[in-house]
Amino acid sequence: MQFAPSEEQRAIREAARSFLAGYTGSGGLRSALALPGGYDRQLWQQMAGELGWAGLAIPERFGGAGLGWVELCILQEEQGRQLTASPYFSTVALAAPLVRATGSETQCEELLGRIAAGGTQIACAVTGTEGHAGVDGVTVQLRPAGAGGFVLEGTGDFVIHADSADLLLVLARAPGSRGGQGLSAAVIAADAAGVTISPHVMLDLTRPMSRVSLAGVAVTREALLGAEASAGAAIQHGLQRAQIALAAEALGGAERVLEMTVEYVKQREQFGRPVGSFQAIKHRLADMMVQVEAARSASWYAACVADEQEGELAEAAAIAKSYCCDAFYDCAATAIQLHGGIGFTWEHDAHLYFKRARASATLLGTPAWQREQLVRVLGMGGATVPVF
Amino acid sequence: MRLGFTKAEERFRDEAAGWLEAQLQGTFRDVRGVTGFSAMIERRMEWERALGAARWSCIGWPAQYGGRDATLAEQVIFAEEYARARAPGRIGHMGIELAGPTILAFGTQAQKERFLLPIARGAEFWCQGYSEPNAGSDLANVRTRAAPAEGARGREWSVTGQKVWTSLAQFADWAFVVCRTEEGSRGHRGLSYLLVPMRQPGVTIRPIRQLTGEAEFNETFFADARTAYDNVVGAPGEGWQVAMATLAFERGVSTLGQQMGFRNELDAIIAAARANELLADPLIRQRLAHAHVGLKLMRYSALRMLSNAQEGKLSHEAYTYKIFWATWRKKLGELAADVLGPAGEIAAPPYEWEPLPQLFLSARADTIYGGTNQIQRNIIAERALGLPKEPRGS
Repeated sequence: MQFAPSEEQRAIREAARSFLAGYTGSGGLRSALALPGGYDRQLWQQMAGELGWAGLAIPERFGGAGLGWVELCILQEEQGRQLTASPYFSTVALAAPLVRATGSETQCEELLGRIAAGGTQIACAVTGTEGHAGVDGVTVQLRPAGAGGFVLEGTGDFVIHADSADLLLVLARAPGSRGGQGLSAAVIAADAAGVTISPHVMLDLTRPMSRVSLAGVAVTREALLGAEASAGAAIQHGLQRAQIALAAEALGGAERVLEMTVEYVKQREQFGRPVGSFQAIKHRLADMMVQVEAARSASWYAACVADEQEGELAEAAAIAKSYCCDAFYDCAATAIQLHGGIGFTWEHDAHLYFKRARASATLLGTPAWQREQLVRVLGMGGATVPVF
Repeated sequence: MRLGFTKAEERFRDEAAGWLEAQLQGTFRDVRGVTGFSAMIERRMEWERALGAARWSCIGWPAQYGGRDATLAEQVIFAEEYARARAPGRIGHMGIELAGPTILAFGTQAQKERFLLPIARGAEFWCQGYSEPNAGSDLANVRTRAAPAEGARGREWSVTGQKVWTSLAQFADWAFVVCRTEEGSRGHRGLSYLLVPMRQPGVTIRPIRQLTGEAEFNETFFADARTAYDNVVGAPGEGWQVAMATLAFERGVSTLGQQMGFRNELDAIIAAARANELLADPLIRQRLAHAHVGLKLMRYSALRMLSNAQEGKLSHEAYTYKIFWATWRKKLGELAADVLGPAGEIAAPPYEWEPLPQLFLSARADTIYGGTNQIQRNIIAERALGLPKEPRGS
């Protein structure tokens, strides 16, 4: 038991921080957001390819570096600090664990190999237009077609970076199935016949999402990850790993808004003294720090669980996702308040963090939904009213 | 970063668990699960002596002072097994967690040899003399004074003043007392950290009844109480630094044991909710989930704190630990009251409470003692975040 980062893990963090600082200062981020697809391709290629971040947590036999979710979460946290706009989360932290959990050895070799090599983007269509969390949210249907093949029919929504993806990983269900039953995962080309990708204008300016309409899209048996209609448990597992990575990103955001706010209240003077000398302000910042530190414990614990104690994965994912996203939201909201008028402007970065915080809380299950899952995992049955 | 334990550590776990189970099924069956500062104190003192005799009392201490030189992982394991076995709440903790580590860190060789072994063996019990009627959050405003005096055994300190909120004072052999030893000094300067025997004519103890109805703590009056001149830890006049270091020791391995007590409280609330058919209520479920999350995070924050403690400086999570658990437990008490409903408001005569309403009431103290939440926020803001200091009155 040593619950603190190793020297190697600290080195990964420092390298990531200095690399991202050079690239994505606020000006860099703003110009990246204006680019097609809402991210800087050169930055993504450097991260994914040259620095090897895409393959960091992919096993060596599939072409990766074979490090763990702890190391991946360090990169997520650092990107969260800078609000880095990139397909890293969608491809490396969401698609890759879903492929790993559902795919055969050959499919992992092919798809994880492409991710690890850098450059290939896989966007995941998890939920339908209602955006309900977890496997209940899967609405796209996978129907048998002639010659042992299938077709995908329906609409996947809130698909991150779909408009720049090479491949789509579509979660789909057998007609008439519900919940975790009848689920399949299919990988198709993003430009396959019958696929229409319509980008949304999203609240969170740093994480573009699209609606993906699937009108009779042909799928071969080989394009199904694992067996047909029985991928529910594996999908849950992949999604839980993604939740843990998202929690790490939220931690990074929370940490950064706390720092920004501390810097601001030290230099901003009113009534002839720094506003940070007033207890009304100090105590809000202290509360932020309490949340940030607890979020750090939550995130690190969950990342360790992903590497060491998979039996606790569902619990750890629910704890980390709910706590870190609540903490990020509260801290980002308080940051706007404590910055006063300037915090309400478009020019200041506070709103970018606030919007990312809200959107991250919604993504892959709200904190309240996560807590409901947690209570179920702990053996307390179900609620009388569904929690979304 | 790693959560798991080695095979050797797991063997240590088996040894500890085996010993605890044998004791708590045998001789100490009657104190299993007993907590608080008022129940079965004499029997729990015997339990402390049994722990000491088997060297399970202060396992992190050097073997020469009654410990086992246990590693951090072993201390964590022992705390877990202690709580899992529902062994009684430690009443020797003032000596084990506060006085002992302070003497280990700042004491003279002679003090270590005099005081540590009796603490580890459960032969001497301690209480804490910090707070005074006018020195609560503003601890530096201490007025209890001590001056050198001649006594029957040579040079001594004569201590006069009043301390308050001294838990277990009526059972203690010794107190560590912060007092003013430089006449006319103010604030942090001129304070000394004295070790004072409690069983002497100059010490009077008066119980204080608290809002729960019990009397778990006391007022302690010193009127020309005496202690040997050598019983000062650190140099005379440097007591503030020593006292502050003692407070930092409160964030040690014992927090893990405390958490297992919280776990039992949460489990009792879940059982009550099941019985009341409130377990299907989405609002109650959210609060139970919040409570479970908070408890887990306390555990992992404590493990971070302990892993970082080896580096010797107070890390960020250590600053936030107290306010986090205190706030959490106060909310837990409110959840208990809501789950029990009106039935939870009926006491047994004359005014005695079942464990869950007792939790609701006693938790009000958690955000006050050991530094109020407001003081904690000042400390976090000023020391951890570097914000400007509060102006002081003159």
